[in-house]
Amino acid sequence: MGRESLDATELALRRDIIKMLYLCQSGHPGGSLSCVEILEGLYYRTLRIDPSRPDWEDRDRFVLSKGHSCPALYAILADLGFFPRSDLWRLRQVDSHLQGHPDMTKTPGIDANTGSLGQGLSIALGLALAAKHKRKMYRVFALVGDGEVQEGMIWEAAMAAAHYKLDNLVVLLDHNGLQIDGPNEKVMGLGNIVSKFSAFGFDCEEVDGHDPEAVASAAGRRTEGKPRFIRCRTVKGKGVSFMEGIAGWHGKPMNAQEYETALRELGGDQDA
Amino acid sequence: MPEAKSLRAAYGEALVELGAKNDKVVVLDADLAHATMTSMFESAYPDRFYNFGLAEANMMCAAAGFAHSGLLPFASTFALFGTGRAYEQIRNSIAYVNANVKFGLSHSGLSVGEDGGSHQSVEDIALMRVVPNMTILVPCDPIETRKAVFAAALIDGPVYIRVARPVVETITDPDTPFVPGTILRLREGSDICILATGLMVREALKAADSLAVEGIRAEVADVHTIKPFDADYVLSAAERCGAILTVEEHSVIGGLGSAAAEVLAGNSAARFRRLGIRDKFGYSGRPADLFEAFGLMAGHIARECRALLG
Repeated sequence: MGRESLDATELALRRDIIKMLYLCQSGHPGGSLSCVEILEGLYYRTLRIDPSRPDWEDRDRFVLSKGHSCPALYAILADLGFFPRSDLWRLRQVDSHLQGHPDMTKTPGIDANTGSLGQGLSIALGLALAAKHKRKMYRVFALVGDGEVQEGMIWEAAMAAAHYKLDNLVVLLDHNGLQIDGPNEKVMGLGNIVSKFSAFGFDCEEVDGHDPEAVASAAGRRTEGKPRFIRCRTVKGKGVSFMEGIAGWHGKPMNAQEYETALRELGGDQDA
Repeated sequence: MPEAKSLRAAYGEALVELGAKNDKVVVLDADLAHATMTSMFESAYPDRFYNFGLAEANMMCAAAGFAHSGLLPFASTFALFGTGRAYEQIRNSIAYVNANVKFGLSHSGLSVGEDGGSHQSVEDIALMRVVPNMTILVPCDPIETRKAVFAAALIDGPVYIRVARPVVETITDPDTPFVPGTILRLREGSDICILATGLMVREALKAADSLAVEGIRAEVADVHTIKPFDADYVLSAAERCGAILTVEEHSVIGGLGSAAAEVLAGNSAARFRRLGIRDKFGYSGRPADLFEAFGLMAGHIARECRALLG
């Protein structure tokens, strides 16, 4: 059973996500809403970063391997001051730095280009290997989707992470159980995903993915000589009743009425 | 007798030499270090060499991670597995962000020989040519291979170095500057210009020798850079000679022949032909036998020149 209610920050971030997705009439609400508290646990409690120095060499790195969930990341980066919050309302527009999938060459605070599923974890692996190579202490966190772990590359990266004993790498799974074509178990079952990562040599843990403290606590732990895997149990579309647990909201635009309803459910009247 | 060496050995030696001068260089391979010759670098700098096992896709994205961290990764495997299997990793994780990753991919073209069509990349140049931000270097001999490695290190962005497997005689001069993006004239001539790349440069020179006996003066140009393509050279050669023949150990679709055709179309009335692999896969055989079978020897080049001028 997960954490029941969302706090003011989590509601406000969700309102920003809903608004930016409504304004551009495209993008991915379901997976953005499922990972808000995972990102909250990382960005507000775990990562060593400095919004005034996005290129700070010794910062922790974060790779949103499930790149389509970037509205959640953009909302947090704006909240932290990496760029003005008003930029959010230009998501996916032709003159915006906020691309449909994360672009490190355009957006401050993005550490890797992702969106083509499976590749982000391997980039994170390279970042973690490079950190070891340079004898740097920073850590690398990667968030993967549950549909994404069907990509063969994920397992190439997992094998290499254990081989190179990357205890500076933390892989988090946003396990909301749904992908574009339906439930994971119908499309391509993941089996016991924790056992699989464990068998690949990861130190594994499971948390409520809507409890940022639990996420931060698990992400903050370090196991000597082993990469970490954290299965975060989440609800796709979390916080918006008509989206929760519905695969159809993976990448569907909202109409005006749905937008109003979503904002109201998320405490929209609190926005000045 | 000029020095003969395999281009992959030249590649491995160049990496060791570059590694001594630049401590940011790291070398990545996918269980082919003893074939691509990155094993030389591994022996010299074991703590700067990373083997990814048989996982080319992972290696390419990890290379992006190294580049994002300020290092200078050279990733190697066979040309087919690098440009083919890991195409989209190169496209999205490397070229899309102009990541500073170099690929020295060996065993390109038919000259892999006996391993057969499954290992012969006839399309690798075409695949890399269509990717924005990509530079493509195709050295023709050991000296040029060394120069290509050093030149690649100075380019900010992805560079594909196409490394052939066979032992090749040295035909270029160590003192000639290697300028990426240019075409290098190796022999003057006014009747036809043979634009050759990689292993075909030597065959083109031999063809020019035999044509000279017949009174045909063939210019021979070494196209060591397929991208960016030296359009000015091609147009001025068309003007000078009135006839252009391209020669490549690669499909005539998407490689040097296509690049030249794209420049000439609408801009030149020069006669033009492409010699290369005509939209076919290869098969097992000794490299020389395959070159003969696919019409890529000096004799074929000379015949094509005569036909073009006839």
